[in-house]
Amino acid sequence: MSSFPWLTVLVLLPLVGAVVLWVLPAAPRNVVRPVALAFAIAELVLTGLAFLAFDTHRAGEYQLTEVHSWIPAFGVSYAVGVNGVALALIGMSVLLVPLVVLAAWHEQGSTASASNSLRRYLALVLALEAFVVAVFAARDVFLFYILFEAMLIPVYFMIGSYGGPRRRYAAVKFLLYSLAGGLVMLVGVIALYLKGPGGPQGFLTQNLVGLHLDPTTERLLFVAFFVAFAIKAPMFPVHTWLPDAAEQAPAGTSTLLVGVLDKVGTFGMLTLCLPLFPNASRWAAPVVIVLAVVSILYGALLAIGQRDLLRLVAYTSVSHFGFIVLGIFAFTSTSVAGSSFYMVNHGFSTGALFLLAGFLISRRGSQRIDDFGGLQRVTPVLAGLFLVVGLSALALPGLSPFVSEFLVLVGSFPAVPAAAVVASIGVVLAALYILWTYQRMFTGPVRPGLDTMKDVSTVERWAIGPLVAVMLVLGFVPGPALNLVRPAAQTTVQNVGVADLPAVASEGTAK
Amino acid sequence: MIAAAFTAPSVAWTALAPVVVVLGAAVVGVLVEAFVPDRLRRTTQVALAIAATAGALVAVIALWGGVHRSGGTVVLGGSLLVDGPTLVLWATLALLGLLSVLVVADRTQTGEDSFAPLAAAVPGSEYEEQARRAGLAQTEVYPLTLFALGGMMVFPAAGDLLTLFVALEVLSLPLYLLSGMARRRRLLSQEASMKYFLLGAFASALLLFGIVLLYGYSGSIRYADITAATGTPGGTEGLLLVGTVLLFAGLLFKVGAVPFHMWTPDVYQGAPTPITGFMAACTKVAAFGAILRIVYAMLPGMAWDLGALLWIVAIATMVVGTVAGLVQNDVKRLLAYSSIAHAGFVLTGVVALHQRGITGVLFYLVAYGLATIGAFAIVSLVRERSGDSITGEATALSQWAGLGRSHPVLALTFTLFLLSFAGIPLTAGFMGKFAVFSAAVAGGAWPLALIGVLASAAAAFFYVRIIVLMFFTAAHEETAEAVVEDGAVAGGEGLPAAAPDELLTADVAAGGTATAVAVAPTLTERATATVVVRSEGFAAVAIAVCAVGTILLGVFPTPVLDLVDAVARFLQ
Repeated sequence: MSSFPWLTVLVLLPLVGAVVLWVLPAAPRNVVRPVALAFAIAELVLTGLAFLAFDTHRAGEYQLTEVHSWIPAFGVSYAVGVNGVALALIGMSVLLVPLVVLAAWHEQGSTASASNSLRRYLALVLALEAFVVAVFAARDVFLFYILFEAMLIPVYFMIGSYGGPRRRYAAVKFLLYSLAGGLVMLVGVIALYLKGPGGPQGFLTQNLVGLHLDPTTERLLFVAFFVAFAIKAPMFPVHTWLPDAAEQAPAGTSTLLVGVLDKVGTFGMLTLCLPLFPNASRWAAPVVIVLAVVSILYGALLAIGQRDLLRLVAYTSVSHFGFIVLGIFAFTSTSVAGSSFYMVNHGFSTGALFLLAGFLISRRGSQRIDDFGGLQRVTPVLAGLFLVVGLSALALPGLSPFVSEFLVLVGSFPAVPAAAVVASIGVVLAALYILWTYQRMFTGPVRPGLDTMKDVSTVERWAIGPLVAVMLVLGFVPGPALNLVRPAAQTTVQNVGVADLPAVASEGTAK
Repeated sequence: MIAAAFTAPSVAWTALAPVVVVLGAAVVGVLVEAFVPDRLRRTTQVALAIAATAGALVAVIALWGGVHRSGGTVVLGGSLLVDGPTLVLWATLALLGLLSVLVVADRTQTGEDSFAPLAAAVPGSEYEEQARRAGLAQTEVYPLTLFALGGMMVFPAAGDLLTLFVALEVLSLPLYLLSGMARRRRLLSQEASMKYFLLGAFASALLLFGIVLLYGYSGSIRYADITAATGTPGGTEGLLLVGTVLLFAGLLFKVGAVPFHMWTPDVYQGAPTPITGFMAACTKVAAFGAILRIVYAMLPGMAWDLGALLWIVAIATMVVGTVAGLVQNDVKRLLAYSSIAHAGFVLTGVVALHQRGITGVLFYLVAYGLATIGAFAIVSLVRERSGDSITGEATALSQWAGLGRSHPVLALTFTLFLLSFAGIPLTAGFMGKFAVFSAAVAGGAWPLALIGVLASAAAAFFYVRIIVLMFFTAAHEETAEAVVEDGAVAGGEGLPAAAPDELLTADVAAGGTATAVAVAPTLTERATATVVVRSEGFAAVAIAVCAVGTILLGVFPTPVLDLVDAVARFLQ
């Protein structure tokens, strides 16, 4: 079974789905959506099988690998493989996609009339899923770069064609920010190849790890890669595209954009920047950590000040990405494992938050927080779900984001105590932005016109339920997930060449 | 050094076959004009042109194996060098020429091609109208195109400076003429032709003067002799330096590099669109081929001096092309500035002075040529309609709004070409950019590569602008809002209409009036609707080939890269 090309199949299946949807004749949404959903669920099942094929005892190593020559003249191979972190992220991504397809039922198209709109939207979602799985699995720097850039195109159309009134501006800003970062990275990619062993397999990540670069070159290359990832993540001060994109995009798009796509940035830092440029990573760590802490506080403070629900969620993510980056660049196995786990949890938590926000907005027809009020009496289930998901975003114990945020802080403390202490303020601010938002939208007198708002429908329960369930399960039993990411974290820390510092408390307290 | 007696060189006709086929067909084409009756003329000419370009392609393929083994043949006593790069360029030119001929031949559903029914008639005169009604057609365009193509094929293969000059004239003169033959907006077309001719003549003169100085320096017009002369210092390096600079001025004019780019936007805009595509793609291929040979094979000894010159030109070209492209409001002008920027990108590969550079440039030219011909072919199908009559091309950017909704396939194909221009992965353009930039980094010119990628990012903006217009803007949204704004009524929704302005003024968008100034001037043109005319089939085939090629070269470039790489050695 080990020779079965799991990852290639995982990449191809959604791509086939996208093509099928694209060539399908215009059809009403109750024809289109089951097709998309069938592909998304098949992908989920396949990923489950891939998890079984993956040997969790060797989660630090890359498994399910495939290497085929692609463009030998450039040294490019089609090489895929996953370690625990990559597999966990793939799992998170493919779980989110069917839920987004479910949620999109309400946003696009109508039940009766044939429409191209929903069909193309779902085709883009599946195409994006294929790119995302491939980018997490890529073990060739060139392949990674190609996918990193190519996946901008579906997202660009997802924002630009289906978004709010200023969607064109948001889509163009998103694309140009990402392209600018990506193209600088391209110079880095080229230079890295030329410094490496070269030859027809010169871009394989494993051939590029452990090069002896002179310090200046290594630092320049690090910067070229890091800028692209920081824009993607996004970190302060290159985060400004995210609130615009999230505000204008349909909620399902934002779910994938923030929940999945932005992880590619932090994932790139973790799997490319650190192993490829260990010395430069150590050199840059102080600056990166300061930026991460600024992101945490700045994102949280701006989230508090938002009047727009989607912008608020976007800024909370800037704050959360700060935590992830802090954990990665603190270079302790606990903090890196925490960050890896954080990436997965953040996908669930923020994804759920965006979906709920989408439900609310489609009911009210407005995304201004002030237009809501007193909803907990009208839509108690929706309010309850919002509260639970909101609490997960502020890392309440019992929900999985707590485990990861705690691990990041605990793991960072021995390495960079000051940063960890200041970052903790972010936790307090998180409580403020979540609870205050909840207070404004769901408590108090019912706003006029809202008293007939419908509570969550069955479909919507199915879209949110799995996410809440996963967060609860991983919150109480984080062990298996941590076993998946911890070995990889240890390997990473060893590669960077920093003595691993023990965490100040054992992670047993995380329970 | 006067030869004592004239001895006729032996001619290796087989090696010359591709050129002979094309030029021979051009000559036959002229005879067709004289002897074939009116009603058969167009069919004959189209068939002849397609056969000639396809035949040239076949001839190149037949020659390939021999050249691959031997490294190349010197033909006509050193006037032509048929080596690997020559064959790659010939193949590229024959293929792009074939596609261009297809686009030229397409009369679309309107039954009219892109050329004036009688180019000699005064624009707007009764005589012209009579010619149009009589259904006349200037079928001379086919032999003219073939002559230009023949010149282009000789240009990069030239082994001495005089052949280079003759080839330059052979390729340029038909192009000057073709530029002035547009069916619509004839004054613009004739102005373009005049401008191209005058500036082109000037550039030719500079080139010729450069040749003279190089002859004075080395006592020969042969590349090989000049190479040898540069190896032995003789005290007249001044001649060499000035001669080289003038020679490059002539060559850089042809590729449209800054500071010799002034003609490009005007000529590209004015010329009949199929010719613009032909010119933009094939002239660049030919001229870059010649530049490559001169930089790599003729003057390797001057790498340092040439390097400095080309660095400056490359940077200026990339920057000017992208910056000026940002503010264009006409599709053809925009593509013209984009082609200037692309000339800059190709130059980074030339400047690399690294073996990878040759392969990179040759590959880039194929990728760029396919996207260019495809893009201009699509431009030629997007027309204006006033009332029931379909008139000229709708080249104002605003007229392209909403095309993605009314004609998704056409708009998607155009998007593909634009993404290829922008260098987005999984398109041929990306592989080309990667090839030249990696050559530049390998050759130590990484600052050029860095400027190149930054320029690419900026250039992406104006390609994206068209995509935004086609897909994210409703057809009459712009017109409607412009009218509203013109009437000094504040934009109701607070949405500025034009995407480019939108980005610039987004943060003050609330008022929505900031864009009125930019939108208003073209208002009158928008009384017409935009339609897409059906191709007769020729252009559709060309577009399809270009699109498939763009994707294939983007996903599986290996076969082409290997083919090119295997023969990318210049015959000294």
